[in-house]
Amino acid sequence: MLTRTDIATPAPSLSTAKPVVQLDGVTKRFGDAIALHEAWLKIAPGECMTLLGPSGCGKTTLLNLIAGFLDADGGEIFIDGALVTETPAHKREIGIVFQNYALFPHMTVANNIAYGLKTRGVEAGEIKRRVDEALALVKLNGFGDRKPRQLSGGQQQRVALARALVIRPKVLLLDEPFSALDKNLRASMQIELKEIQQRLGVTTVFVTHDQGEALSMSDRIAVMSAGRIRQIAAPQDIYCRPQDRFVASFIGDASVLSGKLLAVTDAVAQVAVGSLSVEVPAASLAGLAAGADVDLFVRPEHLVPVDGDGDATAPSLAGTVRTQVFQGGHVDLYIDLGDHAAQPVLLRSSAALAPSKWKAGDVVRVRPISADLVAFPKQDD
Amino acid sequence: MSFPMRKSPLALAGILLVAVILGFVMLPAIVVTITAFNDKAILAFPPQSYSWRWFARALSYDDFRKGFWNGLIVTAWASTIALIVGSGFALALHRYTFSLKSTLEALLLSPLVIPHFTIGLGLLILSAQLTVGRGFPLVVLAHVILVLPFVLRSVFISLQNLDGRLELAASSLGATPRRVLFTVTLPLLVPGLVSGWLFAAILSFNEFTATLFVSNQTTQTLPVAMYNYVREYADPTLAALSVIYIVVTALLLTLANLFFGLGKILNVDAH
Ligand SMILES: Nc1ncnc2c1ncn2[C@@H]1O[C@H](COP(=O)(O)OP(=O)(O)OP(=O)(O)O)[C@@H](O)[C@H]1O
Ligand SMILES: [Mg+2]
Repeated sequence: MLTRTDIATPAPSLSTAKPVVQLDGVTKRFGDAIALHEAWLKIAPGECMTLLGPSGCGKTTLLNLIAGFLDADGGEIFIDGALVTETPAHKREIGIVFQNYALFPHMTVANNIAYGLKTRGVEAGEIKRRVDEALALVKLNGFGDRKPRQLSGGQQQRVALARALVIRPKVLLLDEPFSALDKNLRASMQIELKEIQQRLGVTTVFVTHDQGEALSMSDRIAVMSAGRIRQIAAPQDIYCRPQDRFVASFIGDASVLSGKLLAVTDAVAQVAVGSLSVEVPAASLAGLAAGADVDLFVRPEHLVPVDGDGDATAPSLAGTVRTQVFQGGHVDLYIDLGDHAAQPVLLRSSAALAPSKWKAGDVVRVRPISADLVAFPKQDD
Repeated sequence: MSFPMRKSPLALAGILLVAVILGFVMLPAIVVTITAFNDKAILAFPPQSYSWRWFARALSYDDFRKGFWNGLIVTAWASTIALIVGSGFALALHRYTFSLKSTLEALLLSPLVIPHFTIGLGLLILSAQLTVGRGFPLVVLAHVILVLPFVLRSVFISLQNLDGRLELAASSLGATPRRVLFTVTLPLLVPGLVSGWLFAAILSFNEFTATLFVSNQTTQTLPVAMYNYVREYADPTLAALSVIYIVVTALLLTLANLFFGLGKILNVDAH
């Protein structure tokens, strides 16, 4: 995870650009169940927005509302500034790619791609030119005469992408497009999609429940849970400054330390864990008085062992090594911190250091090093 | 199966049982086939001497020739009308939720539980009341009612197997609902439609009970003609006709299998 390079470009400036997709308090119910609760969302031109969340949180529902496959029960949807809440799907000019590709099995690859051009009455020569262009875009030159069932999963996914892009849609919607592919293919498709998306500058909404995919693909991520959008921010901000417990524990690994609120100034709060004292943003602890119990969230790479020789004088927490898991490039240490953490905390260390150094039962001292710690009011569970 | 199969007494008994059951299934067909070649004008088994003459009679007997053509006409009309009406209802039932939906479904499937003679008798009484003659329209109507549930089921099941996302993808690409229907939905339903039509045609061509009530001398179909024949004569003509039936059907199915793949048409293939 640490070695992931950030291939995302900076998010386009949101204040200046008119949003391509805008949701104003959109709600969707199925019977009594609320699948989407008052979603507010603005997506800038050329932006890649990811909807990330656990299964059943309403990602597909939100996508289907943008596509026009579902009718909203409340709120308004705008595409390119035009109100489309009541507009049927076939007039929205949207490209969509499904997880199972949904290629027309009775048509050749070329006819699949040409479908959206034919409905638009594009003239035959132009269709051929644009289909060839689309095939080249997804590196499938010469596959036009095949039937979808004669293609591999990855190739089918490329055809689906070409079919959606060839109509030059206002928005490209992708619903877990890579989850049926194996790990290696998925990684290369992610990079390829990212390149195509940036080259064409097409505004994209991408649904996934794979956080690695979300962090690497998106300009911004909308984290969802139980029908609500919890936080919309750039990947780095989501990771380093989660707005609530759900986001903090859903994205990346995090250990929870039990702390006490010492003091709150304007923006910064002091939190004590044992003899340690750390600073966290005050916003997430609003309304708590000094002395209240809080949960401090620490990323595994932000927790370091305190060496006997090094800065041994710095405050730290004593713990016992529970398990050590070799992960290839790094080693995961699960450390029991006694009263300071209900669950063993996770410390991630370079593999070069670890194997001989610690074993189960060893006593170690650890301390958090990052400036990106967050704390939330204590929750009993 | 490649695992070694020891010929234990139990396995042998199993094989024997299967053979006996198969024998029983085939028995009527075998008996009738042999009887068809009896030279004597009696339905006796086994025959003393053999000839082809009953085949000649079956093929030249006027009522049979007429009944055959009548049957073809009725079958073609009835299964085609049932296919169109049934597909319409199947699409509506599949796509829309409306009040009385389950009532409509029950009504459409009800001929499955109503005996054929009830339908025949009902139509007969109605036609007498309305002084409509017992012409082809009446026979076709009876057959449409009888085969509709089968067509409906067949199309409905293919619709449920159809991935709805294909239609969504088409509409996102700009296709109007009408265009989606004609370029995506219907083409993908073809196997279901063909199998529905085929079932309807087979049922209609073989239907006897209801047809007996609603047909007359000029509109009688082959099964009715056969029934009338057996009431007058007891020679092996019918046996010969049965053999022709079996051979022709087998030929047709073989051809269908050769050209279309039977599994596909009957919708029994896994994919
Ligand atoms: N057609 C429907 N009828 C009734 N309930 C539905 C329907 N579609 C979705 N739901 C419910 O709405 C909620 C959100 O579903 P949705 O498909 O949007 O989830 P998701 O985030 O896409 O999940 P996944 O990651 O599993 O695809 C779920 O609780 C689901 O059961
Ligand atoms: Mg989904």
